[in-house]
Amino acid sequence: MKIVIVDESPVRAAILEDGLREAGFTNVERIGEMRSLLARIYAIDPDVILIDLENPSRDILEQMFQVSRAVRRPVAMFVDQSDAASIQASVDAGVSAYIVDGLKKERIKSILDLCVSRFNAFSRLQDELARAKSEIEERKTIDRAKGLLMKAKKLSEEDAYRLMRSTAMREKKKIFEIAQAIITASELFK
Amino acid sequence: MTAEREHLRIGFIPLADAASLFVAVDKGFAAQEGLDVELVQEVSWSNVRDKLNIGMFDAAHLLAPIAVASSLGVGHVKTPIVAPYNLAMNGNAITVSPTLHEAMRARLDGDALDPLATARALARVVADRKAAQAEPLTFGMTFPFSGHNYQLRYWMAAGGVDPDEDVRLVVLPPPYMVGSLAQGHVDGFCVGAPWNSVAVDLGVGHILHFSVELFSRCAEKSLAMREHFALEHPNVVAALLRALHRAARFVAEADPHEIAALLARPDRVGVDAQVILRTLQGRLKVTPDGATRENARYLLLGQEGAERPDPTQAAWLYAQMARWGQAPVSPAHLDAAKNVFRADLFDAALPSATAPPPPTGDAIGAFSGPVFDDRDIGAYLSAFPIRRA
Repeated sequence: MKIVIVDESPVRAAILEDGLREAGFTNVERIGEMRSLLARIYAIDPDVILIDLENPSRDILEQMFQVSRAVRRPVAMFVDQSDAASIQASVDAGVSAYIVDGLKKERIKSILDLCVSRFNAFSRLQDELARAKSEIEERKTIDRAKGLLMKAKKLSEEDAYRLMRSTAMREKKKIFEIAQAIITASELFK
Repeated sequence: MTAEREHLRIGFIPLADAASLFVAVDKGFAAQEGLDVELVQEVSWSNVRDKLNIGMFDAAHLLAPIAVASSLGVGHVKTPIVAPYNLAMNGNAITVSPTLHEAMRARLDGDALDPLATARALARVVADRKAAQAEPLTFGMTFPFSGHNYQLRYWMAAGGVDPDEDVRLVVLPPPYMVGSLAQGHVDGFCVGAPWNSVAVDLGVGHILHFSVELFSRCAEKSLAMREHFALEHPNVVAALLRALHRAARFVAEADPHEIAALLARPDRVGVDAQVILRTLQGRLKVTPDGATRENARYLLLGQEGAERPDPTQAAWLYAQMARWGQAPVSPAHLDAAKNVFRADLFDAALPSATAPPPPTGDAIGAFSGPVFDDRDIGAYLSAFPIRRA
């Protein structure tokens, strides 16, 4: 079975391709360049096309539903009305599948399920990355505020941190917010 | 008034013809009707359609033909959709590259403003290219089920160009239209605002015709929802329609600069306010050297009773699907198509809204071809020499 992944995110496409290969689908091609998308797809002549929903080029694929001489084989979107949950899951995850007519539903479903889990894994990964980034930013801010306190009040590092923490607890705020306030205030006092 | 359900998720594509929807939310008309509307921007019509079909959106700004196609189960899974409010009529234009514009001008016999004359000029250019064994011309449109597709096809076929045999028609997402024209991937396109103006501003396109010059009245975008949703939440639908009606009136009466500024926001249309202003006023720059053309009916939002869904318009859209082989010709399909445009829901919500003027001729007002008769699609279509049905 030949599978094409249409995704402008090379990382996500790679994650999906890995998953497909692990599941035994070895004939996988990726398209990341949207120019002449249909021509590329016709040249590859896949059985299944997977496309991410953030991609405006998805509408281009809708042409394949049309009766046209350019289409070698009829293509349909994977819409199994008996299985609304899996459609919902795929749209939620942000992926859609187009298949050649006549493929076994069960096989497509296993591919779609795999897509959903890989797409969700990718967005979890992105969330974690974003969270890690903001944690680093928070720590930097806290360190800066600590330095300002140490200098202004001649405190040890430990005492400066303790002061910020007790203030945060008293004011029911995050230590990061207290640190931001210290930095803002110190800039005003400059 | 208390609605059964207050929070609504409504999907849209960033285009000027969603103006009433934006204004209904941003000017507080929806909130005053007890609705908490969340507008969700989408990147493709397929996404809007699918999210509407599976219930991730309660309603959507949708290409009117998609509402009909979904209800007929044509081109996609069948989902009964209703369109109780017409967000826009007209508003598209056909733009061609400077090269094609020049070739057509050289082969024009008649008035450049006459769509039949330009379509015949196109037919001569197509014949010239065939004789020279050049590649066929390529035209872009936004979706297989779109006014753009049908307007482009109707126009060129009137001049003797078979849109399936003599040229290539390709779907392009609207934001890619201008780039594709500039790079020579397409020779022309039919698209809505603001993309024609953007092409002219960049010097890569000439506007040949406003769609209103081809068809006097043509349903363009619907406020669409699942039939099931409309049945279960009649008060919400009525409240939403009242909010849209007030918004459409506001658009018609307020300072157009204010509307243009609102639409220009990145979370709405996200295009320069000046370009949007030209669309709203129907005063478009048509050539890169600055010539403008004006038509107050270029884009109809609330004017001329354009809001009220007209089943004859749905029938005409279905007839185009049938003409080009997308849908079979059958009385059952015709009835189903007409039932998508729910004038009854509109009338129930807005009993005192202005009724559309009685049409002169038929409801569509096409520049050529037979009078549209929504009782016998087969007979209507048989009058066209170029057709798939």
